[in-house]
Amino acid sequence: MTNPGAASWSFDEEDLNALTRAVSRFLSETGAHSALIADRAGQLVATVGRPLSFDPMVFATLTAADFSANDQLARLIGETDFTTLFHQGEKESMYVADVARRLILVTLFDNQTPIGLVRLKMKPVVEELTAHLDRAYSRARESGTTQPNILAGAGEEIDELFNW
Amino acid sequence: MSMINYAAREINCKIVYYGPGLGGKTTNLEHIYGKVKPDTRGKLISLATETERTLFFDFLPVDLGTIRGFNTRFHLYTVPGQVYYNASRKLILKNVDGIVFVADSQVERMEANLESMQNLYDNMAEYGYDLTRMPFVIQYNKRDLPNAAPIPELQAALNPGWEPAEATKARVTPDPYHAGQNLVDQISTGQWVERVPYFEAVAITGEGVFDTLKAVSKLVLKALA
Ligand SMILES: Nc1nc2c(ncn2[C@@H]2O[C@H](COP(=O)(O)OP(=O)(O)OP(=O)(O)O)[C@@H](O)[C@H]2O)c(=O)[nH]1
Ligand SMILES: [Mg+2]
Repeated sequence: MTNPGAASWSFDEEDLNALTRAVSRFLSETGAHSALIADRAGQLVATVGRPLSFDPMVFATLTAADFSANDQLARLIGETDFTTLFHQGEKESMYVADVARRLILVTLFDNQTPIGLVRLKMKPVVEELTAHLDRAYSRARESGTTQPNILAGAGEEIDELFNW
Repeated sequence: MSMINYAAREINCKIVYYGPGLGGKTTNLEHIYGKVKPDTRGKLISLATETERTLFFDFLPVDLGTIRGFNTRFHLYTVPGQVYYNASRKLILKNVDGIVFVADSQVERMEANLESMQNLYDNMAEYGYDLTRMPFVIQYNKRDLPNAAPIPELQAALNPGWEPAEATKARVTPDPYHAGQNLVDQISTGQWVERVPYFEAVAITGEGVFDTLKAVSKLVLKALA
């Protein structure tokens, strides 16, 4: 059975390394302490920089929801979308950017880091991430999928998994 | 949209619990949260009003085991059932891999069930998803209440069946969950119909909650296989 609603996609080690490298560089350029990459459905892809003191999976879900809600707000005021969101706190702030409408890059920084710098350096890193994604996608299109379907023929194993 | 993370060796899938307000969607997640081992689930996040009505969504990640070395992680969401919140409800459906429709069995809620089912269908169609071809199960909840409608009545209203998606499916297929019943069969007019699996539940005690979750998760993984 194919699921026409959902375009499945996948990351391999190399994709992930490329994304993480670009984001690490961005963190050191700006002085921001951590970043998190999620997909638009709220699934956590990677965390970069200083380890987070909270559950990154929960954070990914809430940011994706936040982003989608803001997208709808944008539409209501006649914009197609907001490509970035900024939430400012007393000590900690976060800057959220859309990457090719597929991923979300969340940058966390304290009040030592000027927002202007984050904003300035955000654009090139988003472009770099977009380029990586585009490559991953065109590779997927050319070869059908990026990876062999790991679940192919796993019918019985799936049945067994739910044998409880 | 399932995501296979080869680096982390994880398969991530999204399941949405849909249905009318106060039907028991949040209660399903609360039961799951309370019963699965803490090391195989995350926090239960609820974005709710002061009166515990879901405002945006509930979210619970659970790991259901490994297949071929990959951890299967299911992201369970509920939507706000109240009619008023359609915009948020629609957002949560985005990239969904499987759906559980939690119906309120009470006779008085039949209208609300039907309205919610139609709303689900419409919202899915707006994303270009075809509900009839997705991993989809129905849960008839609140079976403990004296005013619960009989199952055949609920089935006729909410799970009447549709034409099988592929011609090859037009053969009698037994319902694995109910002896003597069929998921696919031929009605008196000669037409073939396909229904989705259904489960009876009492979410406050947990009855039927895991059967429902297992069935939909299995359908989701099989859709990937
Ligand atoms: N008797 C009975 N009550 C139930 C059952 N399941 C849930 N309830 C009760 O029904 C009420 C609503 O349940 P929720 O789980 O909050 O309903 P919901 O579908 O999440 O509602 P919304 O968030 O508004 O969409 C609560 O008071 C539950 O305790 C059941 O099986 N039997
Ligand atoms: Mg709820």
